[in-house]
Amino acid sequence: MTDLITPMLTRRWAEPRSWSIDTYERTGGYQAIRSALEADPDELIQLVKDSGLRGRGGAGFPTGMKWGFIPQGPTGPGAKPKYLVINADEGEPGTCKDIPTMMADPHSLIEGCIITCYAIRANFCAIYIRGEALHPIRRVANAVREAYAKGYLGKDILGTGYDIDIVVHAGAGAYICGEETALLDSLEGRRGQPRLKPPFPATAGLYASPTVVNNVETIASVPFIVEGGSEWFRSMGTERSPGPKIYSISGHVERPGQIEAPLGTTLRQLLELAGGMKDGIPLKFWTPGGSSTPILTAEHLDVPLDFEGAVAAGSMLGTTALQIFNETVSVPWAVMKWTEFYKHESCGKCTPCREGTYWLLQILERMVHHEGTEADIETMLDICDNVLGRSFCALGDGATSPITSGIQYFRQEFLDLCAAQPLEESTQKVEPVGAMA
Amino acid sequence: MTLPEGTPESIGPVTAPDEVVWNAPDAQPIVGGVFDEVTYQRAKEIIARYPQSRSALLPLLHLVQSVEGHVSQDGIRFCADALELTTAEVSAVVTFYTMYKRTPCGEHLVSVCTNTLCAMLGGDAIYARLQEKLGVGHEETAGPPGTQGSITLEHAECLAACDFAPVVQVNYEYYDNQTVQSTEELVDALGRGERPHPTRGAPLTDFRTVELELAGFFPDLAASVDGLSVGDETLLGVTVAAERGWAAPAMPDSPPAFPAVPEKKP
Repeated sequence: MTDLITPMLTRRWAEPRSWSIDTYERTGGYQAIRSALEADPDELIQLVKDSGLRGRGGAGFPTGMKWGFIPQGPTGPGAKPKYLVINADEGEPGTCKDIPTMMADPHSLIEGCIITCYAIRANFCAIYIRGEALHPIRRVANAVREAYAKGYLGKDILGTGYDIDIVVHAGAGAYICGEETALLDSLEGRRGQPRLKPPFPATAGLYASPTVVNNVETIASVPFIVEGGSEWFRSMGTERSPGPKIYSISGHVERPGQIEAPLGTTLRQLLELAGGMKDGIPLKFWTPGGSSTPILTAEHLDVPLDFEGAVAAGSMLGTTALQIFNETVSVPWAVMKWTEFYKHESCGKCTPCREGTYWLLQILERMVHHEGTEADIETMLDICDNVLGRSFCALGDGATSPITSGIQYFRQEFLDLCAAQPLEESTQKVEPVGAMA
Repeated sequence: MTLPEGTPESIGPVTAPDEVVWNAPDAQPIVGGVFDEVTYQRAKEIIARYPQSRSALLPLLHLVQSVEGHVSQDGIRFCADALELTTAEVSAVVTFYTMYKRTPCGEHLVSVCTNTLCAMLGGDAIYARLQEKLGVGHEETAGPPGTQGSITLEHAECLAACDFAPVVQVNYEYYDNQTVQSTEELVDALGRGERPHPTRGAPLTDFRTVELELAGFFPDLAASVDGLSVGDETLLGVTVAAERGWAAPAMPDSPPAFPAVPEKKP
């Protein structure tokens, strides 16, 4: 049994100038690449497969398997250049783990990129960071410069004859670019709209070449796995969801923040570490992994927060972004605000998502203004049914999560709004029911 | 068949209209406009970073904003010329992304997160107060754009700092744990030409300087990279672990041998 908090990715965060290469090297950084670059690339892929590392960007796809999909060989698709693209377009509501990671310890990410490039035989890596994340962009850009100056990047890395270039690419404000194929289109200088899959990026990604797209937290974990081995990594977490994970706790808790704990930790445990509910007001609902994961309630406090546990509870682990809401918050109001977000961020490519989010918002707005009817609830569920699974990417699916789960657990609150008298003109401005700080 | 009154019995021979030859003007390079030689040089550097030139479009548009304070029709042509694209292709991209502004921005861009969690903790109230105070709405500018103290206001979607909610950004630097009062004071100071230091980020500059950084050119990276980036929230887990003597399991002394690669099935 491990400790409740297991700092791996976060272990350098409290160091002075933790982001500099001096601090990183002083605390054991850039040792993993020395052994990794002596290994056979296939051995590295096998190591990551054995470690059980699963993607930290939301979907939880096994990382080693993803790397193994990249075609290799001197002829056919394997002969094309291969690319590594880092998805640092963090924007899922509630999610705030990659931005502190890139600010506090950008070199773990860079070292992970070098190892991954070598494993999948890529010579070019792009780190796509959302544009609003300016300070992380500075930190990562600085880390790349420092790594070039030390010979960890560029031509003939550490005398191995292997070349790697990394470019830091700033996005321009579009949540959809966190979707991997939309990100690739954006990185190619186009509107960030998702592509139909297949073909998957592993065969036709950036510039129609084999491409691995991985999240920041995933790749930053790689140097630690090389150093500690797969068995060590598996000593944390659960059998099918191994390793530590950064849980981001926000909202109505005494001390919000980042806690790196083994996968499978429960909200009850994390709440205790975060000082409990703010002012002792009881928990009403929460998201296990951002707003696209169905909400859970106080009855789910002991759900193990790993990929399997969250699904068994009827939700998803997503990005382990725990947004905590107490009893003062109106569920229909929160759902309306989230739906505003999805409506704004729908890229417009697929009709069900573009039109569905638009109409869902209209209905929710009138409902929150006490102008809805009971039939609206069924209409919303019907629209959600027509959006879910009917678009190229998961944005539309995510948009339905807060609505269907909100109605599932709090239908009475929607009904009460329908029964309430219409709001007077003068009180049209809707407040989140006494939650204002 | 009855024809309307006054219809001529015959419409006469049909002739084609005189041929009009349209002499398209030669495309004029826009050197000498707002884009100077340095900007052209920077555009070349951006393009050289990528295996394929079109990938340079997003950073090029940030570069345009660093010069113009927004993306004008000239800016679109600048990018189209640089990448051998049509202006329509560039326009399609500009209009897709919220960070590209189509009207001139103020010295500072103030973004208030009004997504659910920030809104609940005060973000909606902050945004409402700033609208009232500045007398502007979303993506509108108080004061003549570009002049000292001018402010463009916007409400933003999740800014990925939920542990510091409610958050406000000025030129994409973080001002954490805001209240209506603290944000009012912040905006007052900006209006007076002051530049209050962000909670996390580098010393405040202005919108155009920041856009240059987003294009990948850092006027003083050694100084700006040093700006504070952690708060108590960032270090919550690390701090509690230290207090309670918790750590990740110890690693083996030296990295274990790499696993054998299974034989590929023929």
